[in-house]
Amino acid sequence: MIAQAADAIRKGELRARELVESCLSRIAGLDGLLGCFLSLDGERALERAARIDEELARARQRGAGAAGPGGMRAGTREAAAEADGVLAGVPYACKDNICTRGLRTTCASRILEEYVPPYDATVVHRLARAGAILVGKTNMDEFAMGSSGENSAFFPTRNPRDTTRVPGGSSSGSAAAVAAGLVPFALGSDTGGSVRQPASFCGVVGMKPTYGRVSRYGLVAFASSLDQIGPLTLTVEDCALVMEVIAGHDPRDATSAQVSVPNYREALGRDVGGLRLGVPREYMGEGIEPGVREAVNAALRVFSDLGCVVEECSLPHTEYALAVYYLVAPAEASSNLARYDGVRYGLRVDAGDITAMYSRTRRQGFGPEVRRRIMLGTYALSAGYYDAYYLKAQRVRTLVKRDFEQAFSRYDLLLAPTSPTVAFRLGERTEDPLSMYMADVCTIPVNLAGIPAISIPCGESEGLPVGLQIMGPPFAEVTILQAAHAFEQATAGAPWRKREGERR
Amino acid sequence: MNEVSVRPRETGVPAGWEAVIGLEVHVELSTASKMFCPCSTRFGAPPNSQVCPVCLGLPGVLPVPNRQAVELAVKAALALNCRVATYSKFDRKNYFYPDMPKNYQISQYDLPLAGDGYLEIPAGQGSKRVRIRRLHLEEDTGKSMHAADDIVTARYSLVDFNRAGIPLVEIVSEPDMSTPEEARLYLEKLKAIMQYCGVSDCRMEEGSLRCDINVSVRRPGQEAGTRTEIKNVNSFRGVERALAYEIARQVEVLESGGEVEQETRHWDEGAGRTHTLRTKEYAHDYRYFPDPDLPPLVLDPAWIEEIRRSLPELPDARRERYIREFGLPPYDAAVITASRALAEFFEETVRVYPQPKTVSNWVMGEVRRYLNESGLEPEEIPLQPAALAELLAMVERGAINMRVAKQVFTEMCQTGRLAPEIVREKGLEQVSDEALIERAVEEAIAANPAVVADYRKGREKALGFLVGQVMKATRGKANPQVVNRLLRDRLGLPGTEGV
Ligand SMILES: [Zn+2]
Repeated sequence: MIAQAADAIRKGELRARELVESCLSRIAGLDGLLGCFLSLDGERALERAARIDEELARARQRGAGAAGPGGMRAGTREAAAEADGVLAGVPYACKDNICTRGLRTTCASRILEEYVPPYDATVVHRLARAGAILVGKTNMDEFAMGSSGENSAFFPTRNPRDTTRVPGGSSSGSAAAVAAGLVPFALGSDTGGSVRQPASFCGVVGMKPTYGRVSRYGLVAFASSLDQIGPLTLTVEDCALVMEVIAGHDPRDATSAQVSVPNYREALGRDVGGLRLGVPREYMGEGIEPGVREAVNAALRVFSDLGCVVEECSLPHTEYALAVYYLVAPAEASSNLARYDGVRYGLRVDAGDITAMYSRTRRQGFGPEVRRRIMLGTYALSAGYYDAYYLKAQRVRTLVKRDFEQAFSRYDLLLAPTSPTVAFRLGERTEDPLSMYMADVCTIPVNLAGIPAISIPCGESEGLPVGLQIMGPPFAEVTILQAAHAFEQATAGAPWRKREGERR
Repeated sequence: MNEVSVRPRETGVPAGWEAVIGLEVHVELSTASKMFCPCSTRFGAPPNSQVCPVCLGLPGVLPVPNRQAVELAVKAALALNCRVATYSKFDRKNYFYPDMPKNYQISQYDLPLAGDGYLEIPAGQGSKRVRIRRLHLEEDTGKSMHAADDIVTARYSLVDFNRAGIPLVEIVSEPDMSTPEEARLYLEKLKAIMQYCGVSDCRMEEGSLRCDINVSVRRPGQEAGTRTEIKNVNSFRGVERALAYEIARQVEVLESGGEVEQETRHWDEGAGRTHTLRTKEYAHDYRYFPDPDLPPLVLDPAWIEEIRRSLPELPDARRERYIREFGLPPYDAAVITASRALAEFFEETVRVYPQPKTVSNWVMGEVRRYLNESGLEPEEIPLQPAALAELLAMVERGAINMRVAKQVFTEMCQTGRLAPEIVREKGLEQVSDEALIERAVEEAIAANPAVVADYRKGREKALGFLVGQVMKATRGKANPQVVNRLLRDRLGLPGTEGV
């Protein structure tokens, strides 16, 4: 769909400015109810769209089909390159923990309420270079900590499929904005499932790439060894297209992988017959809602029908993943969030001395979930507890990783539900952090192992979307997208697909 | 607090006691850019003019290691005879401090870059080996400035982050030193080695070499006592004085039946004493853990070998060579090679004026005197070796005498002009014209009958006075040898009354 829009814009059948205007008016109409956006950048978006339209018109006049090289004045060279990009004129939204130069980046936290970064994240830069137009920054759980979108310091986001329900989190605003058709695509970040789980709750496609596949430069860190930026889109093809733009080595990120990026879209049509798919039994047992299990089982039958070999398998250390995650992630977060102290930027609450200033600023600036995790992490790293908690968690993390390595020696991909449940009601779990943590139980192991995974809509339960999670070995995004696309094609006529289409 | 006033004894260690001393030295690496970002490391730039999102630790930024910093650190490690680890990693040292942008410092904890080395310091007739426990890489912090004498009374404080992120190596010795003098010698040697291999300029006044001291005292043969740490001592003399003070303080505490508390102390250079900074009770829990933003540092052994081969001749080797090749006395060789810049100046001069001992005398004497008086580092000698060689040649061929030469040397340093020019302009050429000198000799004898009588009574010293008078009359330019000869001719041998 994005590709078609970009194509129409390139041919002059659709003006980028019109597309941006329609996004902005849809946002104006619906976002009061949904709460997807924390900041909008309408004026700049419209300016950029107009510039791209102009460039494209000029290029069409020259008949080259694209902006020709040479002879261009400085300043327009950039515009010409944007107009020539694969996403030229396509609007998008970006989670508010990804830095945007000149546009505030709050992480949905009081402590960064007025913070305006002086630089763009690498992904934002790459999307701009490809011609994509940022329309605004989306709501999220504060510092990406949460699974429902209710931990925003400003206001919660609602699920467009049922506004009494949560959209999932922490990339709540991004998932809901795409699901509600406010923007064609959005970026989220996934530390323990924060792209896939809301994608599942909102009925859209969400991918968490291999760790190191997409640069983290400019992503405000929550847990550095787990965080990864990923796209939220309506279709698998759109996901592949955005991945092509944002993936690839970045010299500004030392953990960024030096692995070349394949042409994901080209691979989409390939036959998936003969693919070996494992279904880990640990993801299909107790705790998985019957409706979810049913939808996933139906999806497995689709894959069988496509000629895939579908077998049950085992990832024996899955049961420890949640505990490992809740030691490693808070430990890293406690250190990453230490810089928010009121000294250099963001909120400062004045006090008699520097120590009091630190603690009052942090107490007022951070919400309860963030404070809870900072304390957990500080404790896990402190002298005398390090070995028992952090170090042990890292050892178990290795076991979780090894589980996947062994599974991938036998299977091309692994299939599982994205979430044990469909979207729950707003307020339903806010008083019970542990039940909230369970929302990410199916997605967390993927982050611990650093492997790629996607969540795609695979059916409905209680009239709400169910997500299918497809996991692959490192850098096998291409196989994942291929399988996801094949499933999407095969279920194009399914009744739940039809209802989905009607709703839009 | 146990403040005492002491006067250091001979060794700085009271009789009946032994000191156990280890040093932790921070050396700033001479890289063009910072440890994890491309910002410049130039010293003295306006506050916060050499910063970027990365070294300011802004939300979302990531560190990328500087290859040159790693290379220099490896060089430093090899020069200190350390074993370099092919696998090390970066850790975060977490603590809150206003001049630390991220509130953690990237350092190396349990797997440092290098360790297990040593250096030799002079001891008696021979040398003593001080072991190096570890050498690791880390980033520097910013610098706070308080709008008052200290942080407590300051109305406000400002922070300059130009220094934040500058690469450092921390070099930790084993507690192998037992006197303040040894500690100073260790530090001097360390500085010389770092300068020799081009790892650091080691300018202590600019903070590019900083020293923390660990010290405890014990009765000979007994276990080491509780140690204290003295932070941020910034001069060689400071190290010696701080240690002498702290050793005496600990001894006094113990002799009066007290106990030394494990604590961190601050050396107050002005007051000449240490005072408590924080006690063990308030010791930091740094909550070290591997930095997840940085992959482990894996070094190719071939690269390490390449760096080893690129190491220049180090001070010990050069000292031996000066003794062997130039026939310098060991003392001269040691003094000159203590600084790479001084040694290089010496060698360059000898290349043009091949009289090593003469050059060595000048370098140890006039050159060092000038540097001391003008507060310059050896790197800043305001004189080309060739210019000094020219001056020495003028002395040798009798164009000027030694006294004039020293005067001309100072002027060369001050003005950057060359010796012949100064000599010509001021008319300082040595006078060897015997008729002219003879006149002055006769005048001196006539004007000082009492001195002449003294000389004739056998007081050789009296001759010196007369020489001085003749020199004065010739404005210092007379050839001293001619003056001496003529005086003796006219006066005869001492002790022979009458002519
Ligand atoms: Zn910088």
